[in-house]
Amino acid sequence: MNPVGTNPPVATAFFFYMLAATMIIGGVLVITRKNAVHSAMALITTLLAQAGLYLMLYAPFVAGVQIILYAGGIMVLFLFVIMLISIERSLKERQFNKQWLIGIVAAAALGGLFIAVYTTTTKGQPLFPAGRMFYGESQNTQGIASLLFDRYTGTYMFAFEIASLLLLVAIIGAVVMAKKRI
Amino acid sequence: MHEFIQYIQSYLDSNLTPGGAGNIFWATVYILLVFVGLSVAVIAMNWLERKILAHMQVRLGPMRVGPHGLLQPIADAIKLLLKEDIIPAEADKLVFWIAPFIVVLAAFTVFVVVPFGPTHAITDMNIGILFMLGVSSLSVLGIVTAGWASNSHYPLIGALRSSAQMVSYEVAMGLAVVSVILMTSLNDQSTGTLSMIGIVQAQMAQGEWFIFKFFPLGLIGFFIFAIAMVAETNRAPFDLPEAESELTAGFHTEYSGFRWSLFFLAEYSAMIAVSSIAVTLWLGGWLRPFPNALSGHTWDLVFSFFPGLTFLLFAAICFYNTARMPKHPLFKIQTMGLGAFGAVLGLIGMVLFIPAARDRVGDIFWFSAKVAGFMYLYIWYRGTFPRYRFDQLMKVGWKVLLPTGLALLILTAVVAMRTELWAELQGVWRP
Repeated sequence: MNPVGTNPPVATAFFFYMLAATMIIGGVLVITRKNAVHSAMALITTLLAQAGLYLMLYAPFVAGVQIILYAGGIMVLFLFVIMLISIERSLKERQFNKQWLIGIVAAAALGGLFIAVYTTTTKGQPLFPAGRMFYGESQNTQGIASLLFDRYTGTYMFAFEIASLLLLVAIIGAVVMAKKRI
Repeated sequence: MHEFIQYIQSYLDSNLTPGGAGNIFWATVYILLVFVGLSVAVIAMNWLERKILAHMQVRLGPMRVGPHGLLQPIADAIKLLLKEDIIPAEADKLVFWIAPFIVVLAAFTVFVVVPFGPTHAITDMNIGILFMLGVSSLSVLGIVTAGWASNSHYPLIGALRSSAQMVSYEVAMGLAVVSVILMTSLNDQSTGTLSMIGIVQAQMAQGEWFIFKFFPLGLIGFFIFAIAMVAETNRAPFDLPEAESELTAGFHTEYSGFRWSLFFLAEYSAMIAVSSIAVTLWLGGWLRPFPNALSGHTWDLVFSFFPGLTFLLFAAICFYNTARMPKHPLFKIQTMGLGAFGAVLGLIGMVLFIPAARDRVGDIFWFSAKVAGFMYLYIWYRGTFPRYRFDQLMKVGWKVLLPTGLALLILTAVVAMRTELWAELQGVWRP
């Protein structure tokens, strides 16, 4: 509602670190908990914190969709399936296989790549812009719509439809695999 | 100190919501007001539901605690708080402990964007309706985890039913909501809005509640939402997750005392929340009835008397029943109490006739009155309809509401864009 600049921005560094820490702790809990339901709940926390990060990036529409789809929809289906699994048996099973060496190498390589990208300069300029561009909050929903559907600026319509087609194929595949006789 | 008072006063001149003005003091005041108001509404709803259901079934309902059982909810609350808090030995303690809080948080957080008036909302988000749908969809997580953590059969079955039901009906609900959002874009700039206040303002600008828009399309959308919202809140006739004849109490069978009362609180505030969505989207939010047929200053004045008149009516009912109380010494205190309650209500009614108060409460009154209508419908459904079987529930959700919702969305889009479509067609056929 406000024009940007009348109020001090809510998106302070404190909130970023808080949300990022929540995400990382949640992510670690997802892979370390033995109980699948606890993992799923940690994943929900991570996804909600991610929605908070989208809000900080002035993308409220994406944040709202993130909450509805991931936290409210997909995770409910996850829990639905997990609850039907016998937890007692899965608790006794070993959770990790012996690939920690490869895992560490891969993680270190990815981390190195991040650092390399962050420190690289081209013509004395870092790859990342020095400041963040401010968009009016209210433009986010309209902006997404014009990127998708506008006659002149809508360049992502095809990719969007292809993605939905992929999902449709997956749904039909699931039905075909689950049902013997249709 | 002086600066602080100035800070408080600086908001009063603005025509923004406290969140929009960025005023922390007034935002806190509004949050407390909404919280207290909700709690009172839930208490009142508890009494009303038992009373109205009883009268529908030709019973008296609670009559013992206070005159006509008016103090029964308070007695119940004290009982619940004093009850032993039991956590089953085999339960997953942490999840069992967290689950009620997830449900309550989800149910209360949505009220951040509920517009009680053009400036009477805690804040106005530009994704308001999306936020409400998203956060209220989180409550199903609490229900599912509650059922699972109890580690018992009935709660687990209740949780499974609940998750299947709420996920299915969310789809139809979303389609009905999107058709309204399409209607908000019918202005000069042809930009729609997701903001709750913006949606009501769109209805004001178009001079028409969206339930009557593109008759009967708005009405169909409203019906889809009205059915889906009952299923979303797990209320009769869709209360399969807590079907007492099959599952004892469903997902909260193992909960007792304070934790159970949290589920109760969350259920009722979720009912109020979805009713507020319906009122905002289709019934013009805080706008008074008949904005077109009965317009002008005279009618504005007449309608501004309604809040006071309503309270006077309540007071009159109280006095009538005071006169009808049994003339026995044992009922002396109850009779006096009821008379005093009526006097307080009458006093509130008188205060609401003062012009300064009259102009400020009109929007809150109309919003609350419309929501109250929905709450009565909820009780009415419970007293009228038998419970659905689970396959019937799924059939209604997926084979009736979802196709209707899809057709409605397409039709609304076509009707809204009819002039542009017609121009395009003419361009194709007669180049």
